[in-house]
Amino acid sequence: MKIHEYQGKQILREYDVAVPRGEPCFSVDEAVGVARDLGGDVWVVKAQIHAGGRGKGGGVKVAKSIDEVKKYADEILGMTLVTHQTGPEGKEVKRLLVEEGADIKDELYVGLVVDRSSQRVVFMASSEGGTEIEKVAEETPEKIHKATIDPGTGLTGEQAKSLAAAIGIPGELVDEAAELFQKLYRAFWEKDASLAEINPLIVTGDGRVLALDAKINFDDNAMYRHPELAELRDLDEEDADEIEAAKYGLNYIALDGNIGCLVNGAGLAMATMDIIKLYGAEPANFLDVGGGATTEQVTEAFKIMLKNERLKAILVNIFGGIMRCDVIAEGLVNAAREVNLKVPLVVRLEGTNVDKGREIIDKSGIEIITATTMADAAEKVSAVAGA
Amino acid sequence: MSILINKDTKVVTQGITGKTGQFHTHHSIAYANGKHCYVAGVTPKKGGQEVEGVPVFDTVVEARDATGANVSVIYVPPPFAAAAIDESVDAGMDVVICITEGIPVKDMIKTRDRMKGSKTILVGPNCPGVITPEEIKIGIMPGYIHKKGRIGVVSRSGTLTYEVVDQLTKLGLGQSTCVGIGGDPVNGLKHLDVMKLFNDDPDTDAVVMCGEIGGTDEEECAAWIADNMDKPVVAFIAGVTAPPGKRMGHAGAIIAGGKGTANEKIAALEAAGVSVTRNPAEIGELMKSRLS
Repeated sequence: MKIHEYQGKQILREYDVAVPRGEPCFSVDEAVGVARDLGGDVWVVKAQIHAGGRGKGGGVKVAKSIDEVKKYADEILGMTLVTHQTGPEGKEVKRLLVEEGADIKDELYVGLVVDRSSQRVVFMASSEGGTEIEKVAEETPEKIHKATIDPGTGLTGEQAKSLAAAIGIPGELVDEAAELFQKLYRAFWEKDASLAEINPLIVTGDGRVLALDAKINFDDNAMYRHPELAELRDLDEEDADEIEAAKYGLNYIALDGNIGCLVNGAGLAMATMDIIKLYGAEPANFLDVGGGATTEQVTEAFKIMLKNERLKAILVNIFGGIMRCDVIAEGLVNAAREVNLKVPLVVRLEGTNVDKGREIIDKSGIEIITATTMADAAEKVSAVAGA
Repeated sequence: MSILINKDTKVVTQGITGKTGQFHTHHSIAYANGKHCYVAGVTPKKGGQEVEGVPVFDTVVEARDATGANVSVIYVPPPFAAAAIDESVDAGMDVVICITEGIPVKDMIKTRDRMKGSKTILVGPNCPGVITPEEIKIGIMPGYIHKKGRIGVVSRSGTLTYEVVDQLTKLGLGQSTCVGIGGDPVNGLKHLDVMKLFNDDPDTDAVVMCGEIGGTDEEECAAWIADNMDKPVVAFIAGVTAPPGKRMGHAGAIIAGGKGTANEKIAALEAAGVSVTRNPAEIGELMKSRLS
């Protein structure tokens, strides 16, 4: 699960990590009010969307007067922000963060991820803050310093200090920075985060270390023990169809093509997308129906796929193991009847009771193109879609 | 022969009184030598019962002492599954196969850390299990599609593995052992570990490996194959069409920071001498051609 920057900073405050003072706003008036309350003579108006690259897209502005706060808040609220992470369609800005301005002397980067090879959390730090860290990793990997964290001890003071020194934090601030790193790790660990990035972490002109940004993602599997985090979820930032699909136990992700696919199992679903492409067509989605594939699930899956106006055909690829093909075929036929399919349907069933399953489909009177192998299915669906 | 499990393995099912545990224990007992292999079940506070003709104990240690169980399979719900692995590790099981999907990553980090220095091998979590055809099935895979033979199969996913096994069996290529290592980022055996076991197994002639996007396990395995593997390897990597930044069902199947793409993995495997197909319908045929 992703959250907004201002929510991430609220969590950091709980853990005593230094962040600029600021408040979320949902209107221009609110933004002006927050700026007045904060005082000072420089403010930052920041678009709150679940995507990075907001500054480059025009979603972050420095205001030097209350009038400018008003002007920028008005510009950014409601704008469609396009960044390298939003896709070309962009994302409408519905929330702002108004913060006190900071006197930036140096921009650094720190981040935490779960490292699959060491099977531990890794703390990453770099002197190259404020830019895309992927680029730094690609071009100058020696500028990224890492510490692998023992889950028994957490990030040790020694590790933290050595990282702080390595990224060029001035000697007199190393202890302060190291403490911040340890608090950041505690927040990550205790909240079951899957990713945390502070980019940039800054050293200010008056000698403080501050988290100027906060990007935190959480492990969906751990949400059951964090009701306080569930409240931070912003459904406006998520795909409506994916949310709807999840209610029925479907794992759905929209893609750019025109062949809908419904498959049981994530690996087989990806393989099905790949083979569709191999036969000259483009998959419209990833859809894993899970182990069951009940009539209700299949009906819902069809409905979600049919919302796509580009859709030319649907390919169902089910490998029935414990779940028998005849039961799955019944579900498919009932679902096809219920939703009144307007596009050709190609079905490939394999596994337990496959002959009975195919017979049910053949006798249903519904126009379904049956296929035997995955290749046969991909070929047939590309042909009917005119690819 | 085979790897990890065989007809003499003694299995304890953790979570046997739950619906899923009972269902799959039933089907596993019905497969090949299952009646002799499945000797115990464990559910805390439910010791003394019998499920599917198997005695239930409160703890894995009690089950082990009473029945000689040396392998455990876990169908415990996610919040308690990592603790169930810990219990089996502490009881000195040789192999622990964790089927449960949805375990928090933090729990698995702690569990894997506890396992350092232990002799126990973990398979999974979030996996279909392990089967040595016509001997023993531990997990949720359909037994009948398998056939005894000399091809090893290792895969990160469930139904895609069934698809591959089905292709092999229909071509007359039986399997020595099929291992589902699971789709989670922090887990037990990786492709590389299973590849080493197959390389050392005198009854495995060749290996099919199914990978998918996310992480670098396939690349690490490819590097080892290049220098050490004595047997032909055929591979398929799912997710050539998967977009970056989106989690494709499995917790571990995500292209992050430009890393973990299918094309990178395919390139690494091909460079290591592995025969890679981009067509999932041709995995069996490709293996057949490698053997002729």
